[in-house]
Amino acid sequence: MTGKTRENYNRNYLEYVKTQDPPTKHLKNCASAFGVGGLICCIGQFIRYSLSFAGLSGDELAGATSVILIFLGCLLTGLGVYDRIGRYAGAGSIVPITGFANSVTSPAIEFKTEGWIYGMAAKMFTVAGAIIVFGVFSGVLVGILYLFL
Amino acid sequence: MSKKGNTIFFKRPPRILSYAAVCGSKEKEGIIGSYADITLDDDMYGEDTYEKAECKMLSAAISLAVKKSGKREQDIDVLLSGDLLNQIISASFAARDYDFPFLGVYSACSTMSESILLGSALIGGGFADTAVCATGSHFASAERQYRYPLELGCTRPPQSQWTVTGAGGLVLGRADRGIKVVCATMGRVCDYGVTDVNNMGAAMAPAAADTIMRHFKDTDTEPADYDLILTGDLGALGSRIVKDLTWEKGYDISSNHVDCGEIIYKVIESEFQGGSGAGCSATVLNSYILTRMEAGLYKRVLFAATGALLSTVSSGQGESIPCISHAVRLEI
Repeated sequence: MTGKTRENYNRNYLEYVKTQDPPTKHLKNCASAFGVGGLICCIGQFIRYSLSFAGLSGDELAGATSVILIFLGCLLTGLGVYDRIGRYAGAGSIVPITGFANSVTSPAIEFKTEGWIYGMAAKMFTVAGAIIVFGVFSGVLVGILYLFL
Repeated sequence: MSKKGNTIFFKRPPRILSYAAVCGSKEKEGIIGSYADITLDDDMYGEDTYEKAECKMLSAAISLAVKKSGKREQDIDVLLSGDLLNQIISASFAARDYDFPFLGVYSACSTMSESILLGSALIGGGFADTAVCATGSHFASAERQYRYPLELGCTRPPQSQWTVTGAGGLVLGRADRGIKVVCATMGRVCDYGVTDVNNMGAAMAPAAADTIMRHFKDTDTEPADYDLILTGDLGALGSRIVKDLTWEKGYDISSNHVDCGEIIYKVIESEFQGGSGAGCSATVLNSYILTRMEAGLYKRVLFAATGALLSTVSSGQGESIPCISHAVRLEI
């Protein structure tokens, strides 16, 4: 492509647009992310305590808690509630494991119309793919560091 | 027909014989709710995918406009239509329903004004007697193509706009009465280097300002000569910018400039800057504006819809957003 490069952008205009842009409400966003994210973690902790009363422990306990939270994330996505929570909570509902469940379920629902294999299954990880790649990558990196420490 | 600069003047101006608009449930609450011909309670429109719903809305707008014009299907010489989806599927699939020829146009959200311009040129040049111009968009299908899945819980930045669910169409032809398309200015692609895909208003405003000012120059008019200068989907932020840009060059459009995107929704809450999409200018023009023009409330309207000519590929590769705006002058 020709013509437009970063060198001949209209800098005056871009500066001017910056002055007109409505500001992102960082403080409010942080507060609602903290509140909702904390609430999701509290629910997780509640599930964990309940399960430990039921007799689970160790890895089983952690696994079962995650599974329940993932299920809830998927269920709320399917019911069309999670995106509303997300619009309000931002990172508060994206960072916990429920957010990961949402990022897998939502494209799966969306692309179901294009078929089960090439639609739903193939496009299920369009959003979550990046999370998995970098999650595994950083896991390996930390593992290597841990080996030498 | 004659030409000055980039503006085409029609000696025997084509007239708008009829118009029709279909709008979704969210748009129904707003200003166009009581003017649109079909208002939907269900945005799926009885179909099983959003793309089919968009196609059906467009088809409904076309058939209703044709029906209201009193013309038979075989009287229509050409359908000029386009939409936002890849390979303009809504328009071409809607054209399957009809027997008349179809010319697909793509100009993103300015498809309405481009199709009116082309239709008027065909009629003005004597190559057609009747032309149908239509376009539409759907929130869910646009969201899927350009952004994220609907149910994904992410936040929208405050500069973002909301794609309008709706379609509009009109029939141009020869008649003794009705709204005239007097002249039309073809747009140039403007790119000031805005790369933020969530800030369409700022990206498109220079294109709108450029076309509007060239129209003034070519036609020797000034802003006060118009009852309304109507832009497509700049939104609140883009409208402020276009006023500043024209004011800087000595044209004060602040008193009669209205933006379809800014007025379409009743309360701007999750839509932030207002509506966008090809359906935005199409529904507002083909319901609210033309009805009021016919009632004599506006005598001369400059309709300059704006379009952002980007794709997810170009923005993914870090390209800035080229934008365009075509203007048509409507007179009673």
